[in-house]
Amino acid sequence: MRRVDISKHELVPKHEVLSEEEAKKLLEELNISRGQLPKILKNDPMVQKIKAKVGDIIKITRKSKTAGESVYYRVVVNE
Amino acid sequence: MRIIPKKVEGIKFGLLSPEQIRKMSEVKIVTADTYDEDGYPIEGGLMDPRLGVVDPGLRCKTCGSRVGDCPGHFGRIELARPVIHVGYAKLINKILRSICRACGRILLPDDKIEAFRQELRKAKRIGKSEEPIVEELFKAARAVKKCPHCGEEQLDIKFEKPTTFIEDKQRLSPIDVRERLEKITDSDAEVMGFDVEVARPEWMVLTVLPVPPVTVRPSITLESGERSEDDLTHKLVDIIRINQRLEENIEAGAPQLIIEDLWELLQYHVTTYFNNEVAGVPPARHRSGRPLKTLAQRLKGKEGRFRSNLSGKRVNYSARTVISPDPNLSINEVGVPELIARELTIPVIVTPMNIEHIKKFIRNGPNKYPGANYVERPDGARLSLARVKNIDELLEKIEPGWKVHRHLIDGDIVLFNRQPSLHRMSIMAHEVRVLPYKTFRLNLCVCPPYNADFDGDEMNLHAIQGQEARAEARVLMRVQEQILSPRFGGPIIGGIHDHISGAYLFTQPEVRFTREQAFHLLYASGINKPLPEPAFVEDGKEYYTGKQIFSLLLPEDLNLTYKAKVCKKCEVCKEEECEYDAYVVIRNGKLEHGVMDEKSFGAFAGELLDRIVKDYGTDAAREFLDNVTKLVINFITWRGFSTGIDDEDLPEEAKERIAEILEEADRKVQELIRAYNENILEQLPGRTLEETLEMRIMQVLSEARDKTGAIANEYLEKEEKRRKHENSARIMAISGARGSLLNLTQMAACVGQQAVRGERIKRGYSGRTLPHFKVGDISASAKGFVRSSYKRGLSPLEFFFHNMGGREGLVDTAVRTSQSGYMQRRLINALQDLKVEYDNTVRDTRGVIVEFRHGEDGADPSRTDWGQMVNVKKIVQRYARKEAA
Repeated sequence: MRRVDISKHELVPKHEVLSEEEAKKLLEELNISRGQLPKILKNDPMVQKIKAKVGDIIKITRKSKTAGESVYYRVVVNE
Repeated sequence: MRIIPKKVEGIKFGLLSPEQIRKMSEVKIVTADTYDEDGYPIEGGLMDPRLGVVDPGLRCKTCGSRVGDCPGHFGRIELARPVIHVGYAKLINKILRSICRACGRILLPDDKIEAFRQELRKAKRIGKSEEPIVEELFKAARAVKKCPHCGEEQLDIKFEKPTTFIEDKQRLSPIDVRERLEKITDSDAEVMGFDVEVARPEWMVLTVLPVPPVTVRPSITLESGERSEDDLTHKLVDIIRINQRLEENIEAGAPQLIIEDLWELLQYHVTTYFNNEVAGVPPARHRSGRPLKTLAQRLKGKEGRFRSNLSGKRVNYSARTVISPDPNLSINEVGVPELIARELTIPVIVTPMNIEHIKKFIRNGPNKYPGANYVERPDGARLSLARVKNIDELLEKIEPGWKVHRHLIDGDIVLFNRQPSLHRMSIMAHEVRVLPYKTFRLNLCVCPPYNADFDGDEMNLHAIQGQEARAEARVLMRVQEQILSPRFGGPIIGGIHDHISGAYLFTQPEVRFTREQAFHLLYASGINKPLPEPAFVEDGKEYYTGKQIFSLLLPEDLNLTYKAKVCKKCEVCKEEECEYDAYVVIRNGKLEHGVMDEKSFGAFAGELLDRIVKDYGTDAAREFLDNVTKLVINFITWRGFSTGIDDEDLPEEAKERIAEILEEADRKVQELIRAYNENILEQLPGRTLEETLEMRIMQVLSEARDKTGAIANEYLEKEEKRRKHENSARIMAISGARGSLLNLTQMAACVGQQAVRGERIKRGYSGRTLPHFKVGDISASAKGFVRSSYKRGLSPLEFFFHNMGGREGLVDTAVRTSQSGYMQRRLINALQDLKVEYDNTVRDTRGVIVEFRHGEDGADPSRTDWGQMVNVKKIVQRYARKEAA
């Protein structure tokens, strides 16, 4: 079977794992704890592709009709 | 008053144990009677005085407090035989199937039970739902046929809704059920999701029934002096009666059959006492045949306790009446009948500055406007002015610190609302204008946001009671602050109907006024501005154009160019030389070219109004709207404007051409059908041949209708020029005031294809719509094409088809409103406490982020140009004009 690289698909936005410092900075800026971030399942195909672990914060950069490009963050959760 | 701060840590739900029910009950209820012959409540009856007080003046026999203070006290009914609680029947079924009929253990080996226990603990720890795990356990235990603990063979248990259990054809009585549930060990019960401290499984089978206090089921005294009991009391009477009979029969040693019948009846009454809408149980009825409203019915649904009394409440300081229009009010105002102004009050605190002023209100009292209804002493005691005998004595006592509830007066800020409140513009703050008569009056420009008309609509008004609320309403909710819609970034408040046709006629190039006429118009509209130089002088008389007068209302440095609604969208725009005067040019606040129509200041479309709100602020916009509507209304009233059926008159020549086009269309349809029959029709991609044919026919027919419309419009326009008399219907359509060219087409030329479900009409007999056609006839007329115009009248067959299409439209609207209403409710429930924080993130009440930037771009749509962040063209245009000037 042919393996497809889903990250290359036009409908899949860019996913990146935030580094320790970046994550800390983000949480400080928003003045929140990890629990207050939107979640993403650890078995999400993109999460597995970029090998993010539970607790990692993922930065998602999407194309947006209104803003051109919009940034979203999600924390990887178990279930 | 001191407020004791308390915090709710959590809520725990459980079942009432029989002991608990007995402990909380003050009385054992034994008799089904409520009152004796003298009208006194019977002890041990359902109205026992120890259950609380409802009659004013009496003291409670249990707690000794008076009406408002006594919370009411529970009683109990000792059931002669246990009954199943309907609400838990389903759960009882699941449990019965999962436990051993002999030893009462869960039908799973210990290690498996232990595994489930671990999983449950984990779920509880991380705050996940325990339900799916318990469901899993029930599923696993159900499949076991032999008890792994005692080796007992398990029989199949059938559950017959709503409250009967049958084990291998043998009925399980509630006593049997209860016995089995009792056998469950505490540790097993826990694995099934019970917190045994507050909910033992056997408590789901009732042995004692709590009787709610009389305060829960007050009886009402009718005008005739007759007492009418609450539905719950009626139901409880039934329960006691049967319970008594059952008990007597058991004691008398009656045959088993009779006892079981009575038992069943008791079960029925207790079931309907909890819920009178259980599937499979005939609802208990009142003597009149109306189904009783029992416990579940009190809570459930739109009229239930939650939606009707807790999520929404009736409020004081509000009024409701019919609305009617008043073009002389500002958009910010609302006309309030004096009658209502005397009833609604505003609390004012007396200060040294206002004391004399306030005393005048008190002196007028509740019946003379403007007066006051109550005064409140600094200690909070209220005195009704209707009851005060000596006003002068009271006036002596008034000093700073008192509060006076005075009548509404002109200028007070109130909230005005029309249901359904679908968006924030459904509740806006208005300034009061007290007026005679009995309706609320409002400016016509605020009809679009409220979606109001005057065919009997009613609206609600709320008098604001606090200073903060008043300030907030004034700054955020005032009508003028709502001109721009957050939905599409244009004005939602603006001219409608006559405002538009009036402005269109007023700004026609040939409109001219003498000096006297111009002054008269301005004075009548309350506009106090000097006239400019007259546009031209003829026979020594000075004349002013409509455009000149209109320009008086525009800000002096306004520069704007846009294409009006009447624009024909020609291929090459002649701009300022436009023969329809559709190219609007405003230079330095002077309307130099173009006519005013829907695109100028109409609701949902007004370009000019949009510019004024965004560049000059809401005050300027309000003033502009107020003045412009008054001006054009005065103009159109003076000038006259009316429409009639002759606005749709077409000359013979036009009728002939229309007939010709329809003939032609008919021929084309026949041609298509022939091509289809001969199989030479070219198939459209992704369609069957039949679909292709249908689509082509529909296309031909709709083109034909459009062509007839164009001809009609052409001749209407020609006639206008020839007779030098405008066609009101056409003017309204092209200026955007009301109606469309399609409406005109249908009235004057041809109604066109009727459709059901987006297709030509095909239902009726097999192969044909009506017996007047041959089977298989798919020509235009056989499938619902209406050649006639509304004016000419429809043939019987056309009329029938038209009715089919029209009926579908009616049904659609009816269905759509209910569906979208429910969708709205669910959306709002889901989104209600999301909030945009100061850092532009959208968060819920827990601080959980939903959006990192509101709408991804952080923009407020009402400050954009029709949803567009920047309209470079407009900005360039604006500054280019300014420099040129």
